[in-house]
Amino acid sequence: MSHPSTYEPSNGFSKWLDRRLPVLRLMHGQFIEFPTPRNLNYLWTFGGILSFCLVVQLITGIVLAMHYVPSGDQAFSSIEHIMRDVNWGWLMRYSHAVGGSMFFLAAYIHIARGLYYGSYKDPREILWILGVLIFLLMMAIAFMGYSLPWGQMSFWAVTVITNLFSSFDTIIPGVGSAIVRWIWGGYSVSETTLNRLFSLHYLLPFILVGVVGLHIWALHVVGNNNPTGVEIQSDSDSVPFHPYITMKDAFAMSLFWMIFAWLIFFAPNYLGHSDNYIEANPLQTPPHIVPEWYFLPQYAILRAIPSKLLGVIAMFASILVLFFVSWLDTSKVRSTKYRPIYKWFFWLFIFTCIALGYLGAKPAEGVYLFYARIFTAYYFIHFLVVMPLIGVIERPKPLPNSITEDVLGKGSSPSGGAGKPEAAPAAPENR
Amino acid sequence: MASDIIDPTRRDFVMIASAAFAGIGGAASLWPLIDQMNPDASAEALASIEVDLEPLGEGQAITVLWRGKPVFIRHRTPEEVSMAKKVDINALPDPEAQNTELPEDAPATDKNRTKEGHEKWLVVVGICTHLGCIPKGQGLTDQKGEYGGWFCPCHGSHYDTSGRIRKGPAPDNLAVPPYKFLNDTKIKIG
Repeated sequence: MSHPSTYEPSNGFSKWLDRRLPVLRLMHGQFIEFPTPRNLNYLWTFGGILSFCLVVQLITGIVLAMHYVPSGDQAFSSIEHIMRDVNWGWLMRYSHAVGGSMFFLAAYIHIARGLYYGSYKDPREILWILGVLIFLLMMAIAFMGYSLPWGQMSFWAVTVITNLFSSFDTIIPGVGSAIVRWIWGGYSVSETTLNRLFSLHYLLPFILVGVVGLHIWALHVVGNNNPTGVEIQSDSDSVPFHPYITMKDAFAMSLFWMIFAWLIFFAPNYLGHSDNYIEANPLQTPPHIVPEWYFLPQYAILRAIPSKLLGVIAMFASILVLFFVSWLDTSKVRSTKYRPIYKWFFWLFIFTCIALGYLGAKPAEGVYLFYARIFTAYYFIHFLVVMPLIGVIERPKPLPNSITEDVLGKGSSPSGGAGKPEAAPAAPENR
Repeated sequence: MASDIIDPTRRDFVMIASAAFAGIGGAASLWPLIDQMNPDASAEALASIEVDLEPLGEGQAITVLWRGKPVFIRHRTPEEVSMAKKVDINALPDPEAQNTELPEDAPATDKNRTKEGHEKWLVVVGICTHLGCIPKGQGLTDQKGEYGGWFCPCHGSHYDTSGRIRKGPAPDNLAVPPYKFLNDTKIKIG
């Protein structure tokens, strides 16, 4: 959000630098002064937590790449070499593996928060779309990274996922198989495939950093949404980013790190699949192929549809539909807190996602398949029917006039100083 | 020059030429960058293998590796053969033989998926046509699915004793690779 800069270079060097590259002024403006709604709850700390996860993945990943060998013969044993021989290798690998899960956990909470409080609505469409793009990149990176240990689950996950593209054969015969051969670099998943997945797994996270930069830039242009969905109107509605948000984020990160650390040290393989400790064998499919937990809902959607091509389309559509949420939701009110009807559908949607996750881990038959179809249907109905329709027919509850009024109660002057040590603005504006 | 405005000047020519150079050069260098990912000659080399069928008793099956792909060879029992022959072709999810040596629209009869005079032998590529898993059914104690052939554990596709898809998400029958009988107990695949 644009705000007058109060940055004053304090010494000779920073004065000299400020006239040449005002990078300290930029940091001061965006990460110290940046006005943030005073009513943000802990769900807003997941943006910071996600940045933290990204840094952990980058650092541990760069270290792992120093010891990993992307060859068909040695990939599997080089992982065990990292685990047993490399100094602290076990810590790096478990942090990276658990880190992937924690990254997705935080991302799903972050996305759900955005959906609940309408953070995708005007003027935050680009911010939201960049977020969906980040999510897509995360999925691609996680998939490629999962292939690298070259265990049975790695191998068969690559086989199943790359084969998704062969469904294009149904549209133009031969095209799908040609794409799959191109991805594989052969007639089956092999060392050639492993090498290119490793190359891209190293590259894409840096692209991700770039998109995250744009995401934060877009956030700092339009400002944070908040639990009321009412924009900041006066100085009393906001607090500076530092120390209020930095400290709150740091506290939440500490709690998040405790769960993270507990998993790393006490249950490092809890979220993984034991079959991935068997070396890849192209002649034997494991009896029960399941992806990592964070892909289970999408996997359930893929399997729920009896046609191969339509299943693939539905799976991709379940992500792509998120790009259009800003326009599918017709409600004028952002926050679901003030939407008495939509609120129920929101929680039904969350239940649907969890149910699909559960069903994705079950065999695709009988009653599991039946429910997977029901929930897949609701997943799309939620976006394509419920969101446009409820926005039109629902009568939302009255919104507070300002963030300050919501926090301090009705009748409070927006310049009320409670909880805000700085001087209040002289002329309160109450729009 | 009087017609400066219409005629390209030397500067215009240099502009157009360098833009064309950059454009065509960029486009031309794109193809090697894409094509480097395609299977190379060593992967393309159509290796063929010979398989001795002598040790295979009735009801037994083996898996051999051909071009990095598993190939299922099953010595079918007379009951399995007659089961495969009885099927109504029009009721099959995929009515095409998927035999690389026959025309694309050849019907998926058991005759079109085996070699004449060697009906008890079924040779198919052991890769589920859904998403590329290896179906179960080669081992004697394996689950063979509802139609006595193979069952893919990944997403529940059932294949019959002729390797034809009968139930589940797979779109096609298991492919029949190019092969021939060298004598009664030896085949050459590829």
